[in-house]
Amino acid sequence: MNKWTRDDIARRVAQDIPEGAYVNLGIGLPTKVANYLPKDREIFLHSENGLLGMGPAPAPGHEDPELINAGKEPVTLLEGGAFFHHGDSFAMMRGGHLDICVLGAFQVSASGDLANWHTGAPDAIPAVGGAMDLAIGAKQVFVMTDHLTKTGECKLVERCTYPLTGIGCVDRIYTDLAVIDITPRGLEVIEIVEGLSFEALQNVTPVPLVHAPLAPRAA
Amino acid sequence: MIDKTVTSLEAAVAGIFDGATVMIGGFGTAGQPAELIDALIAQGAKDLTIVNNNAGNGELGLAALLKARRVRKIICSFPRQADSQVFDALYRAGEIELELVPQGNLAVRIQAAGAGLGAIFTPTGYGTLLAEGKETREIDGRQYVLEYPIKADFALIKAHRGDRWGNLVYRKSARNFGPIMAMAATTTIAQVGEIVPLGSLDPEAIITPGIFVQRVVAVAGSAALAA
Repeated sequence: MNKWTRDDIARRVAQDIPEGAYVNLGIGLPTKVANYLPKDREIFLHSENGLLGMGPAPAPGHEDPELINAGKEPVTLLEGGAFFHHGDSFAMMRGGHLDICVLGAFQVSASGDLANWHTGAPDAIPAVGGAMDLAIGAKQVFVMTDHLTKTGECKLVERCTYPLTGIGCVDRIYTDLAVIDITPRGLEVIEIVEGLSFEALQNVTPVPLVHAPLAPRAA
Repeated sequence: MIDKTVTSLEAAVAGIFDGATVMIGGFGTAGQPAELIDALIAQGAKDLTIVNNNAGNGELGLAALLKARRVRKIICSFPRQADSQVFDALYRAGEIELELVPQGNLAVRIQAAGAGLGAIFTPTGYGTLLAEGKETREIDGRQYVLEYPIKADFALIKAHRGDRWGNLVYRKSARNFGPIMAMAATTTIAQVGEIVPLGSLDPEAIITPGIFVQRVVAVAGSAALAA
């Protein structure tokens, strides 16, 4: 089966981030999106620990332990960037000021519920961080994930079996097989990886998919 | 003359009592007042409830306080990390209590305490495990969870510069929880890289006005970072 690589997915997400957007990229896979943001667009990256206008990693030797991102990796601040405290940072999320956040997922339900913080395993130590605030706060929530788990289960499900992060909060899913919008009309497939038919995608996806009205139909 | 500066870390942490709730600033190690935490370990207070975003990294700072078994309970958003081995071991052994709070709820509950609010309704966490058993309300078509303020007896924070009135400015992303914790504690203790003469901090740039700060101690070394 053809698959998009993680960099392909990141590149695809980056295409959908418009000029002027205030964006939070979650820890892990979503961080890769920053590498592909079009250079001709001004996009404001927000980091939960109090940065707007976050820039790329510093050159080796120029790391500053007091200038880090949510993943606690060294970053830089662009000209025009700003620092603020945690209260303001999460008001930016919860108050609906962020345009887009990009998150990873364990599961996404057909109605846009997101599970991405806890497997619920009895021996797991739970950690939630800012995931719940981002999920319910950003105007648009994009999820980036593999379509199937390592053991072949689809991450798009009728109902999440893992503990929820937020209810009905996901707008669009970018997987290694397809780009899918969650809409009141159902799960609309916008794009499918080259060489994969709509039927084949449906075969590995246990919830009904429909063609997006304006998307070019896959063969 | 009002002078909130103290000349030693020992004096800075004096009076922190057994069973106290202590907020500790920092996001990971950025903004973590490591020297104040070391002084607290030496001071000996135990059965503490700690409020921090994390639950210690590596073996130093907050992790060392946990390792010294001074902490009964931790209120945080993100305990599990690649280097949270000290917390992980205590948690698995049932030797520390964890109250897990979504990060924005942690921040706004701290802010609610500082602002004198009785409680807040927050949309974060609605319908999840972390809101189980909590009162909810629909307001203007949206669902909210009732959450109570988190206040503290003491806050230990790190700032860049301070003056004898307790005014503080911060540095880069080390600001994080400092300003809101300073407002939520009965006694806020700030370690600063440098104590500067009154009047030399630009009043337009002061982030924490001195009303929220009771003690300021200079820690050489955190100033070097500013160079």
